[in-house]
Amino acid sequence: MAYPSRVAQVRLKNLTKQFDGVTAVEDINLDIADREFMILLGPSGCGKSTLLRMIAGLEDPTEGEVWIGDVMVNDVLPKQRDVAMVFQSYALYPHKTVQENIEFPLKVRKVPKPERAAAALDAATSLGLAEYMARKPGALSGGQRQRVALARAIVRKPAVFCMDEPLSNLDAKLRGETRAELIALHQRLASTFVYVTHDQIEAMTMGTRIAVMSRGHLEQVGTPQEVYDKPASVFVAQFVGMPPMNILPAGSLEPGDHLVGVRPEHLHITAEGPLTMMVQLVEKLGHETLVTGVVGSKRVVVRQESDEAHPVAGDLVRLSAPEATRHRFDATTEQRIDR
Amino acid sequence: MKRRWRDSGLATLMLGPSAVILALFVIYPLGKAIWLGQQRCGVTSCTNSGFRQYIDAFRSNDFQDSLIVTLKYALITVPIGLVLGVGLAVLADKYMRGVSIFRTIFSSTVATSVAVASVMWFFLLNPNVGVLAEWIGGRAKTPGLLQSEGLALWAVSASSIWANLGFTFIVVTAGLQGVPKDLYESAYVDGAGGMRRFTNVTLPMISPTLLFATVVLTTRAFQSFGEIDLLTAGGPKGETTTLTYLAYGSGLATSNDDGLRATVSVLLFAVLLVLALVQFRGLEKRVHYGN
Repeated sequence: MAYPSRVAQVRLKNLTKQFDGVTAVEDINLDIADREFMILLGPSGCGKSTLLRMIAGLEDPTEGEVWIGDVMVNDVLPKQRDVAMVFQSYALYPHKTVQENIEFPLKVRKVPKPERAAAALDAATSLGLAEYMARKPGALSGGQRQRVALARAIVRKPAVFCMDEPLSNLDAKLRGETRAELIALHQRLASTFVYVTHDQIEAMTMGTRIAVMSRGHLEQVGTPQEVYDKPASVFVAQFVGMPPMNILPAGSLEPGDHLVGVRPEHLHITAEGPLTMMVQLVEKLGHETLVTGVVGSKRVVVRQESDEAHPVAGDLVRLSAPEATRHRFDATTEQRIDR
Repeated sequence: MKRRWRDSGLATLMLGPSAVILALFVIYPLGKAIWLGQQRCGVTSCTNSGFRQYIDAFRSNDFQDSLIVTLKYALITVPIGLVLGVGLAVLADKYMRGVSIFRTIFSSTVATSVAVASVMWFFLLNPNVGVLAEWIGGRAKTPGLLQSEGLALWAVSASSIWANLGFTFIVVTAGLQGVPKDLYESAYVDGAGGMRRFTNVTLPMISPTLLFATVVLTTRAFQSFGEIDLLTAGGPKGETTTLTYLAYGSGLATSNDDGLRATVSVLLFAVLLVLALVQFRGLEKRVHYGN
């Protein structure tokens, strides 16, 4: 059920949102390409949901412009923006059946009953919900409810899907399965997805690009690999990647007054490394082992293969990191320094 | 077996105080009223007429007329009170500066006694000095709404609706605050306008609250006495003589007979019981109690 070709590029120009004088989002410029799966990633309170709500029309920007396609939509009502939204809570109407829930956006648009029933069945079938049409949301599992919310969003074939942490109420196993389903859905619908999450695994696995946000600002926009390989700031370096990148004090690994970041998998325990670490904790996870310790006063994590020789807590070990794997950040601005 | 006896002893001890209170203040008075309802009483003594007195009283013109007046009174006060209460609660359920002042004003009638409310309306509707009577003019001036046949019940209803508005407002406001904001936003993004959001989200989501308010307001309408006694004393020509006024009021056929008053009271109890059952059975299917 691919949609008719509509250009659904989303452009945010100098977008700012303040609530009672408190700035939630400040001067955001972001171009989301047509049919892109854009992830807005950041910790709680970074402004990512506010940004999404401004795209959907649930919040008015204090300053700046929101464009969908060739239309500036600042003064356009949500229903006229051709946007569907999936909420974290799913926002299903508990008194309506699955069928009535899915049909609701079409009913509001006065689509004739047979047509909307067919569309609802189509959407429900594509998400494996056909057998639950007569049930009410209360009689469904969390995963099924989440799919009803998705079906309600896709039934009216919007140009842009806005999703606000739709997987956060699911357990880990179901979240993994639904991630794959969402990727497939994006490919099948060929629509623009804007997806808010604080979960870096969702961001890395689903997004065509990731916009990392912190304190109302955009820290970096890029493909998941770009964000991982070349983090634009210390914040991005530590927010993306698990365990986070180790940030070593200036002068500890190499001369200079800049900070050096090294991912745990790029730190090696060697006899003649320049860093000395006091091992505090060794966690054997089966496929890998995490060795945690302190270098000076800094907490450092080293990721080892499970078949490597592991130190034990209390050992003093020396660490090295190949030149090519080091990331350098300005000690004051914490922004990336590219050489 | 031994343990069961020990447990039942403990249970009796725990339940005892409640059972005694229930027996003294509910069961005994109810039993006494049912017994008294079978008596005809003079100033000094009563004679037993048997259970038939209930049937005779129910069939009497006085009771039937009062039942119809009471039903009319409930049919006026309950729907209008609900509509106004829900309307004001929805209006005040906005995050606007100063809205708390309106909430306080709207809910203030809950702290007003029936006597105060009735006296206030008595003066508002007074044909000589009443502001409302002045504004309305016509029959509100001569002979006055409270004295006008066909209008007196509406005038008393206005007082009752006003007095109960605070209760309805508070209950519905509490109900509205339990409706998830996401549901409104979802409907809004899906294209639902204000009225559709009200009918598709607000009303179904507060339906348990509405059922509760309906049952309480209906019961209150059937039990109204103060406003009728103070505003119209059952008149003109019995047009505002409700069942409660028939049971307690003065200057009526029942006034000097405690037995007949008890008969009417017990019948009122039965009518209310049936009505509450009908309301719950009839409306419960339309009520949604969440997930």
